[in-house]
Formats: sequence, structure tokens, C-alpha cells
Amino acid sequence: MDAAGLLACYERMAVIRRTEKAAHDLFLQGLVKGTTHLAAGQEAIAVGASAALRSDDYVFATYRGHHHALARGATPEECLAELMSRATGLCKAKGGSMHLTKAATGMLGSYAIVGSHLPMAVGAAWSARLRGTDQLAVAFFGDGATNIGAFHESLNLAAVWKLPVLFVCENNLYMEYTPIAEVTAVARPAADRAPAHGIPGEVVDGNDVVAVEEAVARLARRARAGGGPAVLEAETYRHFGHSRADPASYRPAEEVERWLKHDPLDLARGRLAELGVGTEAVAEADERARALVERAVEAAKAGPPPDPREALTDVWADGGAAWRT
Amino acid sequence: MADVITYREAVAEGIAREMRRDTTVVCLGEDIAAAGGVFKTTVGLRAEFGPERVWDTPISEQAIVGAAMGAAMTGMRPVAEIMFSDFLACCWDYLANEIPKVRYMTGGQVTVPLVVRTANGGGLGFGAQHSQATENWALTVPGLKIAAPATPSDVIGMMAAAIRSDDPVVFFEHKALLATKGAPPPPGHVVELGRAAVVREGTDVTLVALASTVPLALKAADVLSGEGTEVEVIDLRCLVPLDAAAVLGSLRRTSRLVTVEENPYQGGWGATVVSIVADEGFGLLDAPVRRVAGECVPLPFADALEEQVIPTVDRVVTAVRQLAAY
Repeated sequence: MDAAGLLACYERMAVIRRTEKAAHDLFLQGLVKGTTHLAAGQEAIAVGASAALRSDDYVFATYRGHHHALARGATPEECLAELMSRATGLCKAKGGSMHLTKAATGMLGSYAIVGSHLPMAVGAAWSARLRGTDQLAVAFFGDGATNIGAFHESLNLAAVWKLPVLFVCENNLYMEYTPIAEVTAVARPAADRAPAHGIPGEVVDGNDVVAVEEAVARLARRARAGGGPAVLEAETYRHFGHSRADPASYRPAEEVERWLKHDPLDLARGRLAELGVGTEAVAEADERARALVERAVEAAKAGPPPDPREALTDVWADGGAAWRT
Repeated sequence: MADVITYREAVAEGIAREMRRDTTVVCLGEDIAAAGGVFKTTVGLRAEFGPERVWDTPISEQAIVGAAMGAAMTGMRPVAEIMFSDFLACCWDYLANEIPKVRYMTGGQVTVPLVVRTANGGGLGFGAQHSQATENWALTVPGLKIAAPATPSDVIGMMAAAIRSDDPVVFFEHKALLATKGAPPPPGHVVELGRAAVVREGTDVTLVALASTVPLALKAADVLSGEGTEVEVIDLRCLVPLDAAAVLGSLRRTSRLVTVEENPYQGGWGATVVSIVADEGFGLLDAPVRRVAGECVPLPFADALEEQVIPTVDRVVTAVRQLAAY
């Protein structure tokens, strides 16, 4: 990745970090109901992968998917408006935090049943092959998803049909509140199981945006060339708890400290310095990110509430919800 | 085309007609390709359309329906087979949580034009895990359309409508009807989803039936006609959309209602039909409503036992006699 590319990735990660912080603050102000699953600390996976993908590739994500939506073209304003139940929200305030979706830019959804979207990504990759395109499908999922049946069904089907799909595991060490290592018999829950399905399984530093970009670009080239699916396990750490209700007090202090020192934004700043990018340029990127998110918060707050009649639309393709004559 | 076609042949014919006219239609499922399906409902599709359009899958119901969903979201019209409707439970997350909700929770961004076909119901002695009538499972889920044809002609016409639908459709093919025969419909035959059929006209009692209970209701109507009771039989054909207007219209002629469903009484689609009538057509009734339904037990194996728990002609006749005499 060249300096300009890395600086752009850095700025996007900064936007995501600030948007997540804004979501957190708005929740505390009572402006976001329900819950949020923040991805602060995991930005490098979404941004690095997106840098390696084409605009017509498909992405499927989880309930912890703010960073993927933002990396794939959703604006902070439309995401925050969705969280704040505004009509201007990304999903017209029908989805909420766990379902951020921007189909027009290939962000085909955030799914809140753990692991459910892996077969969908397989299907999107199958569709690309049937239509004769060389589009790629990517499923981002957490370590917890590696113990559900759909994970194994998806890997097997993708392997036997040799489909262009990448399974990217964001291993943040915790399956909700429980360490994944306590409930999984292998050390690398995604990468170790991939070979059993005839798929290569790789591990990458998920906090290093350059390493993620390089790994995804390489596996994407392979998949587009007919080489079939791959599993990439990205090691990372979430700064917040599992969800809003979770202070994450179960995590050892030294573990938290170790990972906070391995912050994706810090790592990227270090790499930018190595490439000769001055601190001034980084500060300007930070400032642009700050201003963008600040404007987004105000604009989202100003959005109107949804028309209650919208509750009875969008079930069917004709726009309505009628189930009988 | 032959003068008569079986229900099972109609399934393959209905799919083939759509695959010929639309190259985005593709099939996937267990044993559907060279084997032609365990019920022989996909015979000939692989030979005509090739392995790039008719795909055998592993025994992986979540992957089958989940992949169909992903393909449907990205430009294809997949027709997925779940071999026995009992196995819908193996991929229930997709039918209950993913496929029917994604349009809504994305604010209308995503379309999921897919068909999940499945062999439904009892009557063939397959035992408790291969014999259930499960259409009511789907009826509890907003966002799924539900088709359950009773004749070969309707299989073809409704398959066309289901595959062309931009909404997800669960298509129940009844196992006890697979060998039944009928005239094949002309090219281009499409039966709009949500349009019931009056398959026998009558003046005294309305029988509302679906799939396997349609021939049952017609046989009962023959018996009752000999006794001087003229029964009108309505084949609902779909549960969603539900043609409530057809039921209410028939009651204007008969004023008496019996629903005939294979599934257990509790939670059955008949309850939805009669509740609509109670809400909106109470004044049309000259007698209470009756529901003939299955017993609340797992389906037993032996014929003599199975006949005890799913509707029979005798049970329908008895219910209508009681109602006619009310």
C-alpha cells in the first residue's frame, strides 16, 4: 500500500473510531435506544479488506457491523440517523444498529443471528459465478460464529463448488462474554478448521490495516482466478464490551492494556511515519474525520422521526404488507 | 405433451417452463440433479439444463436455503428443494429470521426472489419425522408467501407465479398427491398467487380445503350430494396471500362453513380462516363453524394409526352432516 492509500485508510479508520464514540455518547444521552455492538478497535479489518475489494464485490456482516457499513460506503450521518430512529437512517429506521445495510454499494446486510450470513455469502459468490462475473463475496464474522452449523455447511459448500468467497473471521478473543478459547477445542477457531473443509486457513494481525489489505488482496486474486474460497482469521480486540450492557470487566487488565497498546490507529500512524508521511498530514486527516463526524451527529439529530405508516411497508416487493384479500 | 400429467411430473414441467424463459432460474437441492429428486419431481431438469443450472448439494439445509438467499439477493431466481417439509426445521433460521425480514429491516433495499420447494404431509406411512403437514409453520412468519397446489395444472401455474414472484415463496408439494393425474395446462399458464378456486359449486355448506384435503373434500361432497346436501368446495391454493374474499363470497351462498386441514387443530390455518369469518362474516352464518383437522400427536407409522389422526372422508362427511342439520 502506498502512502496516499494508507493515509486514506487511516482517515477512514479515524472516521469509524469517532462514529463509534459518537454512537456510545448518543446512547448515554438517551438518543439511541435498544443496543449497540461497537467495533472500536477492529477498524483495520473492515478498512483493510475494503481497500482490497472492488466496488462491485459483496459484503455480508454481523450485528457488530458499523465499521463494515462505514468502510463500504455508508456515511456516518445515515448510520447515526439509523441508530437514532430517524427517517433519514440508512434503513429508514427499520433496521437499527444491528442491521446496517447499504445494498447500493455492495454492503448486503448486517445479520444478528450469529453466523447466519455465511451461507448467504456463499450464495452471492455462486450467483457471481452463474452470471459469469468475477465478483467476490466476503463474509465477516466473529469467532463465536465458528461453532455454529452454518459455518461448517458454508465452508464445505463453498469448497466443493469452488466459489469465490472469503470468510474473514474477526477473532476478538471473546464470544460475547466468554473467552472463545474456553469453548473451542482448537487454538484458531476459524483458520484451524478451514483445512478440514479443504480450504486454506490463514491468520493475520487484524489490527494492522496494511497486513489485512495485503492478505485480502492476495486471497481475492486467488478466488477470482478460480482458486476457490479461503478463510482469513484476523486477530483483534474490541475496545468496548460485547454490547452496551457489558462493561467487559471479565477481561484481565494486562490483556486489555496489551491490546490497547496495539491499537490499529497507532499502528497505522507508525506505518505512515515509515512511509515518510508527516505528522501534519496525519493531523489534517484526524481533523477532517472529527469535523465529518461532528457534522454527522448534528445532521442525524436534526432528522425527522419516521412516519408511523412506514411500519406497514416494505414487507413485499410491491412495497406493502397485505397478506390477504 | 401427454394428454394427462401426474402431479410429480407437473413439478418438473413447471420448473422447466420457467427455466426455459428465464436464464436466472437455477435449482439446488439434495439429489435433485442426475437422480431426479427422491420423489422424482425434478426428472429431466439436469439433462435439459445442465450442471450449471441444476445443482446437487450436500445434506446441508442451512447452506441450501442460505445460499439460495444470497443468490436471490444478487440477481438470480433460485429454486431450492428441501426434500421433506419436516426438514424445514433444519433451516428454520433462514425461513423465519433471514429471508422474510431482510427487505423490511433494510428499509426495502433488498429483494429476495426465491422459491423453497418441499414435499409436505402424510398419507404414505413415512413416520413421524417425514410426514408432517408443516405449512402452518410458515404461516406464522410475516414475509413468506405460501403456495400449496392440489392439481397438476395448478402446480404448473403456481410454480410459474412463485418463480416469477419478487417475494420469497414456500411451495408445498403434497406427497399424497404426487401420483394423481390431470390435464396439462397450455403454455404460458400462470395461476396468480392468492387466488382461491371454487372447485365445486354448492348451496348448503362451504368446505374450505388445501392441497391433500381438496380431493378429500370433493369425495365427501360426492357422498353428501347423494344425501341431498350440496357442498361448495373451495381450494385455497395459497395461505399467503389468503383469499379471504373467496371464503366470504362462498358463505354468502351457503351460510355454513367447514375447514378441512391436515395439520393439528391448534394453530392451524383453519383457525385463521374461521377467525376472519367470525370478525367479518358473522352475519353470513346460520350455524357454528366446524374445523376438521389432525390430532395433536406426532404422525404414527401404521396406516391404521395414521388414518386415526389425519382427516378422512368419513370425518368430513360427519362434520358436514352435523352442520347441515344444525
